[in-house]
Amino acid sequence: MDFELMINSFPKLLNAAVITLKLLSVSLIVGLFIGLLFAILRLNKNVLINKFAYGYSYVFRGTPLLVQIFIIYFGLGQIEYLRSTFLWVVLKEPYWCAIIAFALNTGAYTSEILRSAFQTIKPGMIEAGKSLGIPNKIIFYKIQIPIAIRQSLPAYGNEIILMMKGTSLASTVTLMDLTGVAKYIISTTFKPIEVFIVAGGIYLFMTFVIHNVIKYLEKKYSFSQ
Amino acid sequence: MELLAFGDTGWGDELFRATLMTIAVSITAMLIGFSFAAIFTPLKLSKFKSLNLVANIYTTVIRGVPELLVIYLFFFGGSGAIMFVASMFGYNEYIEINAFITGSFAIGIISGAYSTEVFRGAIQSIDKGQFEAAEVLGFSKFKKFYKIILPQMLRLAIPNLSNVWQITLKDTSLISVTGLVEIMRQSYIAAGSTRDPLFFYSFAAVLYLLLTFLSMKLINKLEVKYSRGY
Repeated sequence: MDFELMINSFPKLLNAAVITLKLLSVSLIVGLFIGLLFAILRLNKNVLINKFAYGYSYVFRGTPLLVQIFIIYFGLGQIEYLRSTFLWVVLKEPYWCAIIAFALNTGAYTSEILRSAFQTIKPGMIEAGKSLGIPNKIIFYKIQIPIAIRQSLPAYGNEIILMMKGTSLASTVTLMDLTGVAKYIISTTFKPIEVFIVAGGIYLFMTFVIHNVIKYLEKKYSFSQ
Repeated sequence: MELLAFGDTGWGDELFRATLMTIAVSITAMLIGFSFAAIFTPLKLSKFKSLNLVANIYTTVIRGVPELLVIYLFFFGGSGAIMFVASMFGYNEYIEINAFITGSFAIGIISGAYSTEVFRGAIQSIDKGQFEAAEVLGFSKFKKFYKIILPQMLRLAIPNLSNVWQITLKDTSLISVTGLVEIMRQSYIAAGSTRDPLFFYSFAAVLYLLLTFLSMKLINKLEVKYSRGY
């Protein structure tokens, strides 16, 4: 055990963890909106819209995240037309490519989580709203969405942890996130176990914090109080 | 389309072989995962706190740390660890382990952590009366497990194991970083030499979709088989 290396690499890895958290938070926020949008589309009665939303979640859940990042980072740059539009400003940056891929990926999983949450809302709740004369829009925002959030918290907590692990793939498109820096230190010092313990410890700490925050929220929003 | 031709002119046969490689790694990893689960599930369910702790550390660490980091640990640390063990037996030459073995081991350990949780959940949701009945009827421990617990456990575990299989299948794309030529690596090579990444990575996505689709069909059949009688 090379304890000196472990102590020396800790601040570097901690700095890199900030990038991991940035990637995670931005893609989760964007992904939540995508997920909500597609969950609503999934509940639409129009078969075409429904199938489209299902296809989106099927494709993004059925392929590895690595393929998705590579298509966006390496693949889209190949289209000449894209290079001349303003999109290129975003797509030439590995940071934004990674975020787009992560957001689309987590959006697909989130849409499934939210869809099943919406479907488990008891019809009585919506009927109660209607019979009280509340407009449909307000029923949706004030009754369906809060209940769906409460229902989907445990599954969404898992998704956050999965996504945090997913951000490690950003290192494959040259981003120096926690895994990227860990790999760099490993390949220069050839001390994989020490670096793994430190980097893994930081990841575990983040998992632990996320897990407990979700647990707290679950308790706070639980039905029985 | 000519990019996908078989033979020297296209990448069809290479990608086909790469797909077989992905399937082989996934199955090997899944089986390694099962053997890890076979060790750690009893530890999780054991009465001894210290054994529980060992199993909990395994599943928590593996499920809380990115797959890529685990793969790097095995890729860079694997041959070192083997050489360390070999040196205890007096063998000091350089040993290089094959990428297939390192890769399937790394993915197998990850998949094993998920399988362990699935099996634990399945065994715990078997009615207590079943265990008691088996004991009352005088089944030996071995028979109790194989004839009473295992069949019921499988029925409960298969839907969740299909999720583990999907995770494992998709995780194999990550071993491309170690140089094993599976779908992702082959697409990377093809994309590099033809300068057509969009096509090859999209094709890789199609291949993965096909694999997940076909395996779901197969698993659904298994599910029907094991839940007959219910």
